[in-house]
Amino acid sequence: MSTPSAPTTDTWEELRTTALLGTDRRPLPPPGGTPALVASAGAVDRTDPATALLELAALETVRRRAGAPAAEAVEIPAPAGPDDRPELPEAAARRLTALVGGRGGAGAAANLGELLPQWLATARLRGYRLPADLVPPLLDAARARSELRGDVVSLAGPLGHWLAARNPDWRFVSRTVAQTATPEPTDRLWHEGLFAERVTHLTRLRRADPAAALELLRSTWAAERAEDRLLFLDSLQDGLSPVDEPFLEAALTDRSKNVRATAAELLSTLPESALATRMAERARAAVRLDSGRLIVSPPTGCDTAMQRDGIPPKSPTGRGERAWWFGEIIAAAPLGLWTADTGLTPEQLLLLPVRDDEPAGSNEEANGGAGWGDDLREGWARAAVRQNDVGWARALLGPAPRPGRPDRTAGAPAKLLSVLPPAERAAWTASYIEVHGLGEAFQSLGACATPWTPPLSTAVVAALDRAARSGAYPWSHSGVLGMTERALAPDTAPAVEALAAGSTPDSAWAETFTRLAGTLRFRAAMLTELS
Amino acid sequence: MEERWSTEHVLSLAPDQASAKAAGKLSAPAPWSGTGCGQGALWGLCKGSGSTPYRTVVELATPAYKCSCPSRKFPCKHALGLLLLWSGGPEAVADGAEPPGWAADWLKGRRQSEGRRTAKAEGVTADPAAAKRRAERRSARVAAGALELRLRLADRVRHGLADQASVAGGWDEVAARMVDAQAPGLAARVRELDTMPQDDQLTEYALLHLLAGAYGRIGELPEPLAATVRARVGFTTETAELLAGPTVRDRWLVLGSRTVAPDGADGGLTTRRIWLRGAKTGRPALLLAFGRPGQAPDLALPTGRLLEAELAFHPGARPLRAVLGTRYGAPEPGAGEAPAGLTPEEAVAGYGAALADDPWLESWPTVLTGVVPVLGPDGWRLTDGRHSLPVRRGSVPEAALWRLAAVSAGHPVTLFGEYGHAGFAPVTAWSPDGRPTGVAQ
Repeated sequence: MSTPSAPTTDTWEELRTTALLGTDRRPLPPPGGTPALVASAGAVDRTDPATALLELAALETVRRRAGAPAAEAVEIPAPAGPDDRPELPEAAARRLTALVGGRGGAGAAANLGELLPQWLATARLRGYRLPADLVPPLLDAARARSELRGDVVSLAGPLGHWLAARNPDWRFVSRTVAQTATPEPTDRLWHEGLFAERVTHLTRLRRADPAAALELLRSTWAAERAEDRLLFLDSLQDGLSPVDEPFLEAALTDRSKNVRATAAELLSTLPESALATRMAERARAAVRLDSGRLIVSPPTGCDTAMQRDGIPPKSPTGRGERAWWFGEIIAAAPLGLWTADTGLTPEQLLLLPVRDDEPAGSNEEANGGAGWGDDLREGWARAAVRQNDVGWARALLGPAPRPGRPDRTAGAPAKLLSVLPPAERAAWTASYIEVHGLGEAFQSLGACATPWTPPLSTAVVAALDRAARSGAYPWSHSGVLGMTERALAPDTAPAVEALAAGSTPDSAWAETFTRLAGTLRFRAAMLTELS
Repeated sequence: MEERWSTEHVLSLAPDQASAKAAGKLSAPAPWSGTGCGQGALWGLCKGSGSTPYRTVVELATPAYKCSCPSRKFPCKHALGLLLLWSGGPEAVADGAEPPGWAADWLKGRRQSEGRRTAKAEGVTADPAAAKRRAERRSARVAAGALELRLRLADRVRHGLADQASVAGGWDEVAARMVDAQAPGLAARVRELDTMPQDDQLTEYALLHLLAGAYGRIGELPEPLAATVRARVGFTTETAELLAGPTVRDRWLVLGSRTVAPDGADGGLTTRRIWLRGAKTGRPALLLAFGRPGQAPDLALPTGRLLEAELAFHPGARPLRAVLGTRYGAPEPGAGEAPAGLTPEEAVAGYGAALADDPWLESWPTVLTGVVPVLGPDGWRLTDGRHSLPVRRGSVPEAALWRLAAVSAGHPVTLFGEYGHAGFAPVTAWSPDGRPTGVAQ
């Protein structure tokens, strides 16, 4: 018997209808169902129809509840693929539970949440498998914080993909380039996938086999939409080589302006490319060395050849036209030409006076009368970042600042710093902080690799100490303090504890230092557990 | 030596999320000094922002907490942080130590007052004649209330449930009458009627009618069923009275627990349910513990552990709810494997059998073996390939079901929960390697 009720009349429905209308208006239904039920229903006293209806309904309710058969099976989907990685050590699993805020998945306290990226990156490098029940809360965390996605998707492994296929909230998993992922053997995703999945596929393939990725992109290039072409082109940045040049050169005549500009920027980072050579010619025409001075004659127009090479005729920020064209040319020209042509080092070139080729006054409108020196330096700085040129970046940053000596780098040097090797970056920033304190150091500190080197950590702790004693409020340094909790070398904990002990008890700084020391200890313990 | 608890268990003791987070920060060795554990207790000094460190003691068996911090949360973040530190292993907190004086004093005082309380409970001397009179008076009032309720229910059915206008005051007023009649169990069920979807109303009318009618002739019912009816109408039994009666000694396996905080800020009690199963008797048992606002319930038992203890069951046709009597030692680690269970088909039959004893039963504690959670168009189902059960809607948050799905990863798991006419409410899942994971919240 598949249904508990009789085929002709549904006893329960009859009772319900009568109850809705009232026994004053509708008679009690006759006993129905199985013989046993008819017998029990027949035993009900029907003197008062309302009471009788309640009795019959009670009988039917309990019968339906007790007699319901188990439903049929549902199809069981294929299980998640195996994961051979060793399981996370127990202490580390406990730590992760605390970091993701325990059960319920609600976000963790700010400074614990800040440590999560570090935990994830370390666990991924060690090649651990996560406990299964922690995968969903981490996928939720990565959904909210995209910077966690790469590590979370790697750590979640096959289980993460299996879960994401079932929960639309975690769709990002298939669009995320896992840190260790290898491309799928087929290009099915490329031909059938959503846009983000296609970008992911291309990026993965590019990392594994640059030439194959280029071929794949070329195969469908003509049919792609302009905004898609732009992002696909971006993914060629990984593993860019002269092999890509013909394709990029062709993209310079693309229908979309943004695609043309991106192609030009990519070509300018290949010093041997035809575009770089053309830019070098333009740069030579704009700057020449004459008796120990650099003479600048910025372009007077933006011809079609320049436009084809990615120089927009109008500055997007409304800068003077000639200064704009000049800056674009210098930034796109290979830096090697300056040292090769003049026989001077970047440091020597940067010391040369810069003069205008034309009589004074004619370019003041263009750049506010500051002369071309700043434009040239800025162009070189952009080129150094784009071409990842350590020599030029070092020269442009100048020696690390020393007390009592003005430094030559104006503004935020973070981008140039990121070109330097990590140790040099940290040393430079440490000196900068010793001279200037933490007020302007946020971006430079952000460019330094974590955890910070011992000298840099010491410099930051000393600067915090000076800030505390100068009477500044801790919250005016909250940005740097947040970063410090994540990045300060754990060995610095005793020094920070000493600061906490030396501060006025119960003051804001005492609390700040105590908390910082606590976080450092927490981080140290966290990293030890993962080793 | 006391077995160290899992992080999950420690965090389940936290009165709220904020305390759990704060405790996480105190779970590193840095702020702690003078930590140790031994003689069923755990202690340590925690450095705060002030000059004097806080003194924190935890008595592990109950557990009970003491801390010199001014926090009104209970247990405070220091006690939780210390427990987390301790759960990390013997390298974090050394075993077998002597408690320092300040900790020993508190522990001693606690044990003494415990002893006094027991003595008081035993030495209770009421006036039996007066108590009998009071009980008779109450029975009469409840009987009158039950009769009134039956008349009200019949009246509504006579006029038709669709005819809302015919009742003035609605069921709230009737609920208040049931409170006056000292039948809080009836009052609580009546209060639900106004907000109940119309499809379910007749069911609840009928079950209330059945309950009120059963109380009306309680003298004719067999004693176990009469006890069930009394409990459902709202009579309670004192813990001391239960413990004075027969108890069941067994090694009780902790199947799982669920803690429900009151909705909103009106400051109700936090309720924790802990389900057990006797290793020898196979009997299921349910312990309830309550916590005042800002405090965790005072009883917590780690899932998967075995506790040798005596339980006293509330009387009834289907005894389940119990109170904890004498314990013999701390909870020990279990077998490290999933408990034996039923197929979905057997679980359905089991609930049916339970209903025959207690027709008001909403669900029955059930261990399912070899089921895979599958998300279908109508929600989650648990299937063994032959039959399937729905997961009761709204019984656990969506996030918990995804954790259940992750533990299973498409493979069969053992699952403990409550099965009833509305479906299965999961509480604990055992992965194939025998490790329990709480999926109740």
